[in-house]
This record gives sequence, C-alpha cells and structure tokens, in this order.
Amino acid sequence: MPYIVYAVVVVLAGVIGLGFRGENRAQKYLPAAVISLCSFLTLIYLLWTFRWIEPDTVVRLINWQLPFAGMVAGIDPLSAFFLIPLLILAACCSLYGPRYFSGHPAGRSHWFFFGLLLSGMVMVLLARNGVLFILAWEIMSLSSFFLVITDKKNPPAMRAGWIYFVTAHIGTAFLLALFFLFAALSGSFDFVAWKGAQYGGGTADVLFIFALVAFGLKAGFIPFHVWLPLAHPSAPSHVSALMSGIMIKMGIYGLLRILTFIVPYHAWWGALLIALGGVSGVLGVLFAIGQHDIKRLLAYHSVENIGIILLGIGIGITGAAYGSNVIALFGFAGGLLHVLNHALFKGLLFLGAGAVIRQTGSGEIDNLGGLIKTMPRTALFFLVGSVAICGLPFFNGFISELLIYAAGITGAVHASSPALSIAGVAGIVSLALIGGLAAACFTKVFGIVFLGEPRTKTIGAPGDVPAPMVWAMALLAAFCIIIGMGSPFILPFLIRPALVLAGPAAEAVTDSITSLTMTVSVMLCSFVITAALVAGLVKVFLRKGRTVTRAATWDCGYSRPEPSMQYTASSFAAPIVDHFKIPLAAHKKILSDGKLFPGIAWSFHSEAEDWFLTRLYSPALELFDRLFASLRWFQNGKAGQYVLYIAITLFCLIVWKFFL
Amino acid sequence: MNALTFLVSPMVALMLSPLMAGVINRTKSVLAGRRGPSLLQPYFDLFGLFRKGIVYSTTTSWVFRVAPMIIFSTTLAATCFVPFLPTGRQWSFTGDAAMLLYLLGLARFFLILSALDTGSAFEGMGASREAFFSALAEPVMFVCLLNVMRANGAGTIAAALSAPIVSDSIAVLLTAIPLFIIVLAENARIPFDDPNTHLELTMIHEVMILDNSGPDLALLEYAASVKLWLFSLILARILLPASGLIAQTAALLILMALIAIAIGLVESFTARVRLIKVPQLLIGAGGVALLGFFISVSGILSSVKGI
Repeated sequence: MPYIVYAVVVVLAGVIGLGFRGENRAQKYLPAAVISLCSFLTLIYLLWTFRWIEPDTVVRLINWQLPFAGMVAGIDPLSAFFLIPLLILAACCSLYGPRYFSGHPAGRSHWFFFGLLLSGMVMVLLARNGVLFILAWEIMSLSSFFLVITDKKNPPAMRAGWIYFVTAHIGTAFLLALFFLFAALSGSFDFVAWKGAQYGGGTADVLFIFALVAFGLKAGFIPFHVWLPLAHPSAPSHVSALMSGIMIKMGIYGLLRILTFIVPYHAWWGALLIALGGVSGVLGVLFAIGQHDIKRLLAYHSVENIGIILLGIGIGITGAAYGSNVIALFGFAGGLLHVLNHALFKGLLFLGAGAVIRQTGSGEIDNLGGLIKTMPRTALFFLVGSVAICGLPFFNGFISELLIYAAGITGAVHASSPALSIAGVAGIVSLALIGGLAAACFTKVFGIVFLGEPRTKTIGAPGDVPAPMVWAMALLAAFCIIIGMGSPFILPFLIRPALVLAGPAAEAVTDSITSLTMTVSVMLCSFVITAALVAGLVKVFLRKGRTVTRAATWDCGYSRPEPSMQYTASSFAAPIVDHFKIPLAAHKKILSDGKLFPGIAWSFHSEAEDWFLTRLYSPALELFDRLFASLRWFQNGKAGQYVLYIAITLFCLIVWKFFL
Repeated sequence: MNALTFLVSPMVALMLSPLMAGVINRTKSVLAGRRGPSLLQPYFDLFGLFRKGIVYSTTTSWVFRVAPMIIFSTTLAATCFVPFLPTGRQWSFTGDAAMLLYLLGLARFFLILSALDTGSAFEGMGASREAFFSALAEPVMFVCLLNVMRANGAGTIAAALSAPIVSDSIAVLLTAIPLFIIVLAENARIPFDDPNTHLELTMIHEVMILDNSGPDLALLEYAASVKLWLFSLILARILLPASGLIAQTAALLILMALIAIAIGLVESFTARVRLIKVPQLLIGAGGVALLGFFISVSGILSSVKGI
C-alpha cells in the first residue's frame, strides 16, 4: 500500500535531517521539501484512486510473533476520507515551516518528530488491529508532545507540554481499557472480529462511554479541552496548524471507528453528542471571544468546531436510531465534511497567525493593527479563513454547516417523532448561536489585527512573509473556495464514508444530497456572477466622475485621531464577555488612579480564564496527588524491586490457578 | 418563465423597499403633529447620495471600499428566498433558511469589518454591539422560521411561506410576536436603536456607517431598507390569509404597509431601552418562539382540538 510507503518515507526524511551537523541550507530545507513533495504526490494518488477503495481491503504487513498483534492494516472510505485533510495539511505545513523558522533555528530533531507525527497519524488511520492502533496512537501523542515543547527555554511551553502529556496518557489509559474490553468480548484484537461480534445493549453503552472519554481527550471537546488552549499556542505555528487541523480529528476518527463496531446506535448516544457538541460549540466560541492571544483564541475555536462536528454526528446517530435515512446521511455527511473543512480553514488561520507573529513578534491582538497595509497577502488569506470559519456562504464552512442544518430542519419539521424534532431544534439553535458568536469573534480578530492603525508604535511589520509561506496559505484558501463554490465536486469523497456510518440503507437517499449541493452550488455561482456584474456597473456608472477625496477618519469631528483612540479587542469583546461572565468566569482589570481628572493613562483589560482547568482539574489532580503520595514507598523507582513485584504477582497467580 | 420568477422578489424589494421607510417616517410625523416629508423622500435621498462624491479615510483599506457592494449584493441575494408572488416558484431547497440568514450574516460580517477599518472608536462601539445583538437574534430567527415550517410540514422557506398558517392561531401568535421583535432588532429600530440621528441617540447601525459617503452610503442605506423589507415580508407572509393571486398580492401590500405603520407606532410611543437590557429582550423573544415550537412538538393543542 502506498500509504505505508508514505508513512515510512516521511520518517526517513526526518532521519535525514537528524544526520546533519550544524546549520546549513540542506539541513533546513531538505527534510521539509521531501515531506511536502511526498504528501502532494500521495494526495494526488489518493484522490485519483478514491473511487476504487473497497470497504475491507486488509493487508497483513508482517507476521509478527507477539500474541494478539498481527500487523494488520487496511483502508476503507472512512480512513481514506481522513487521509485527505492529513495529506493536504502535511504538504502545506512542511512547505511553510522552514521559512517560519528563519529567525530562530528549530533544532535538528524538529522535522524528525514532524515526520513521525505524520507517520503515526497515517498508521492510526490504517490500523486494523487494536495493538497496532495503540502503538500508532502513542507514536502520534509522543511525537506531538516533543513538537509542542520545541521552545524548551520557555516555561509556559514546557508546562503546556506537560499538561498535554498527562491528558494524552489518561486518554491512552481509557483506550487500553476499551480495547481490552473489545478483546474480551470478541476474543481477538483484530477489527474484523470486533465488527463481527454481537454486543448487548448495556455492553454497547459501556463501550460507547469508554470510547467517548478515550477519544474525547484527543478531540478536545468540553470538558476534555483543557490541554488544547495551552498546547496550540506553544507549538510552532505550522505544528499548531497540523495538530489543530488534523491531530485532534484522530479523536473523532477513533470515535467513529468504534461506532461502526457497535451498531445499531442507541438514540441517547446521539442526544449526548448533541448536548456535548452544543456546549463545546457555544462555550468554546465564548472562551475564544475572551482571549487576546491570537493562537490561544484559535485554539478555543478548535473546541468550537469539534462541537459542530459532534452536532453533526449526534444528529446523524439520532436519525439512524429512529430510522430516518435522510437525517442520518445529512448529519454524518455534514459532520465529516466539517472535519475536512475545519482542517482547511483552521490550518490556514494558524499559518496566517504564524505569519503575523513572525513579522511583528507579537501575538497579542491588542498590540496589533493595520497589518493589511504591510502584509496584504497574509491579510487576504486570513480574511478567507475568517469568513470560512464563521460558516458564511461562498466558502467551505457554509457547506458543512448547511448539511447539518438540513439534517436538523428535516428532524425539526418531522411531525410524528418528537425525539427527532427536539434533536433537530437543539442542533439548529446551537449552530445558529455558534455561528453568530463566531462572526463576532472573527470580525474582532481580523478587524483589530489587520484593519485600522497599529495600536502600538513599536510594532509594525516590515513587509509580507516569504513566498513559500504565502503559497502554503494560498493553497489552503483555494481549497476553501473550491469546496465552498463547487460542493458537488467533494461528494464522491464524502458520500461513501458517510454511508459507512449511516448504514447501507441510506444509499437510497444519496440523491437528495447530490441535488442539494448542485442547487446550492449553482445558486452561489450565479450570485457571484451577478454581483460581479453589478459591481462593475457600480464602478462604471456610480463612481465614474465622482470626486474622491482622502481625509482623516471623521470620528465625530475630532480632527486629530490617535491610534490609541481605536477600539481594542478587549473593548470589542466586552459586551459579550460581560453578558456571559458566569459561564466564562471572566474578570476585568481596570488600571486607574481613581481620580476625577486622571493623572495617568487608565487601562482596561478583560480576560476569561479557563475555569475547567483552574477550578476543576487542578484541585482534583492535587487530591489524587495527595492520595497516591501514601503509596510512594511501594513505587520507589528501583528497577530490581519492580522485577521482584512481577515475580511475586506471577507466583500468586500460579498459586491461585493450581492450588485454590 | 419559471427560471425567472425567482427574480420577482428581489425586483419588488428594490422598487418598493424605500417606500417602507417613507411610510414609517410619515406615521411618526403624523403622530408628532407634523406634516412630515413626502412618502417618496427616501428615493430622493438615495438618488441624491448616488450623485455625490466620495471621501475615504486615509486609515481605510480595500475592505472599506468593497464592503458596501458586498453588503448590498448579499442582502439582495437573500431576498430571492422569500416568495413575493404566491404562485411564483422559488429557488429553494431543504435548509434554505440557513442560506437566507447566512447571506445576511455575510453582509453583517463586512459591515462590521468596514466599521473597524476606519479606526474610529465610535464606529468600533457600534460594530461591537451589532456583533453581539445579531448573534443573539440569529437563533431566534431560526426558531421562528422553524415554527412556520413545522406548521406546514415543509423543509423549505418558500414552501412554508407559500401556504398560510393563519388557521393555527397559537403558532401564528407565538411566531409573529418574536418575529416582530426581531424585525425591530435586526433593522436597528426603536426600542433597540434610534435611527433618527447620526450621533446623539443612535447606538448601532448608523454609527457603523459614519465614515461612508456618496454612492457607498447610498448602497448601505439601500441595503438597510431592503433588509427591513425582507424581514417584514416574512412577517407579512405568516399573517396572510389564503386567497387568489390578485387578492393575495393586494393583501400582502396592505399588510406590509400595516407593518410599517406598526413600526412607526412603536417608534412614536416607546423609548429606546438601555443597551444592557437588549439581550434580555432578545432572549425573551427566543423563549416565546421556543415555547411555540415545544407546544407544537408536545401535541398538546392537537389533542385539545380533538376533543
């Protein structure tokens, strides 16, 4: 399978990078160039061969002698679908990376771990055996941990890396438990056996909950999101793009893969996912509005978008459980398409944020301003990403949200089933609120960072970023527009994976999705053409011969506006943060001298801390820490003693087996 | 012919929407004991603005220049989804409600950006409020449309609005009231915003377009009146009784005039609420609309009718 060759080659590319001594051009560019090129080629191969991918093509890689662990790999439409965003992002991020680091060297190991992360993710998608899956999962978690702590001299980055490390391994613990349960129930570690086995109602519920926790900690929906806003800002921007764009989606993939084993779905799973999705979406975007660091803000938007994906999947499950093929297909297709879309626009936004940080040296939104004048290309692509992430028409985010809306509306107007109606209206209200708040958040980001005047005089970009970084962003932006305007093109890659989840019965209603996307696409294209014509007429007839004057911003007659008089991100977000201060635990800092006539310049700052971390997890973990401290004498770090424990355990088991 | 009927709605909106503002202003003048401007005054204003020159702030970028055209064209595109003629076939699909509201969302996105592009604190203030209030208004609007669709068992706006639901009085009541509140909120009317002046009383919409001038300002004002027309048309369609083509069109026009008069009455007799209270008003409207939805889902009323 070429994908396994790809997984090996990207690791080897990183190993080449390890071999160089000292700083030189080859060390800087070669590994990234190899990874980028391979990803492009594999992507083209994947898109070309997608239609011939059969549900159960399984390859045994090595006849491994370990018990249970046949190295079984395979590809089906669901895995292949997740490979698409992976390869696109891999190509763009490795194109972008080398120049991003031109200021400070990344260290030789950077591209090694980068390649390892890609390879781990590819193997997660291809694994058809529990043990191989866990191995790949661990490679993915560990290599991304090393990428997060790229900046080892930075204490917050090290702390973020540590929190990520712990969460990832709590997730792995649940994953192990889940896979042992499956193995116990089916008698094998092979996915084929898991899919074939029968699970009782209660057993399936337990399996679902374990899968939700294990994969939820990677996907990062609330309440499992705490590592996300810490890890994403600490990593280099192209790594953030990769992690936020596709690595957290591995959690979604895992959950979906488990769902295919434990059919038929129970309706309450759908309800739970809709509830989790709604809460993650709304709280995620509210937290994002309260942030002032651009990458932290984007990280919270990942929580929001995972929420939207869950809404789609939840509505899909509910539809399938109540036997509505249309709702099931639209829900799953919308959720899956949002996986791809989020990878594209979030990758684009992280790369854009990285460009801003590289050129200005600051990710603080309140310090920036007016960058559209010095960084016009970055600004244009960031605008594309901003409109797309808000789910607005003409861009890709709209199409996936529209599919989820269509599923929700079909459910809501469904006269005979109250459950479907409630699920539908819950999904629609959450999505609408998320959409509106996301628009507020991204008008804030784009408006404050790129428009107006620089808010601090010391910060100004010397110019736009180098060409390879621009190309990487341009490519992602192009995908956003292609999917947004030409949604029928994406259907061959979307419907078959959605059918894996919605069940073969839904094949009868695939026409409805085709006709919907065709109508939408035709409509959007004709709007654009008409609008372009109108704009041309306006330019010719309305603006021709007009006197065009340039003057200072009018600002109610004040003739000497200062950059510091502009609205800041804090003030823009203040009404929203104020209104939701209870769920956000937001606090304001007003620095003033309290006098009637201020002697110093007052300053205002609002912030939303993540109370899930400070008030929920930290106290709980400290409690565990104290409890387990009493067991330190047992776990004393002496290897010899641990071997003795193993021997004693075996002895006890033998006694139990043969004497009792 | 069928392919072109969807153009009827935007054409009618273009022709008649400024008249609504005229009716509102006339109502307010009469109630204040003045003669008031001509009903056609909004047309003259637009015409005058289209002939003027343009002043751009040195702070602004291309975003500020393209925004008026984007706002105007997306607002007009949104009108394609709400049928004007009862028999005219609309371009529609399941989920067109999302398309309608998100097209308006795109217009709002660029309106906010163009306000922030000027670097003016006052415009930033208006932009911030617009962003917040519209985020709260959007779900309410969705639930209102869902109520109508549910009453008709249709998944598209065109189908839902083409068949009258007046017979279902509770659904009409619990949809029309929140919808009227949304009409006021989304179009920056009293009690949410005061459209009378640019500075002293206005807090949201007029604030954001302070720096626009000439044809740009005309496009923004025109887009605002098309938006008011669009929201009122949805409301009117819900309240419309069933009848033949001519009678229905006439009834629709009368209803639109009545809605304009109602807005004028509200503006004459109420004061603008404090901005801090606006979210409560919107959440209240959402509560009423959701109540309507849940009553329909629970089937309480149909069982009562059965008796």
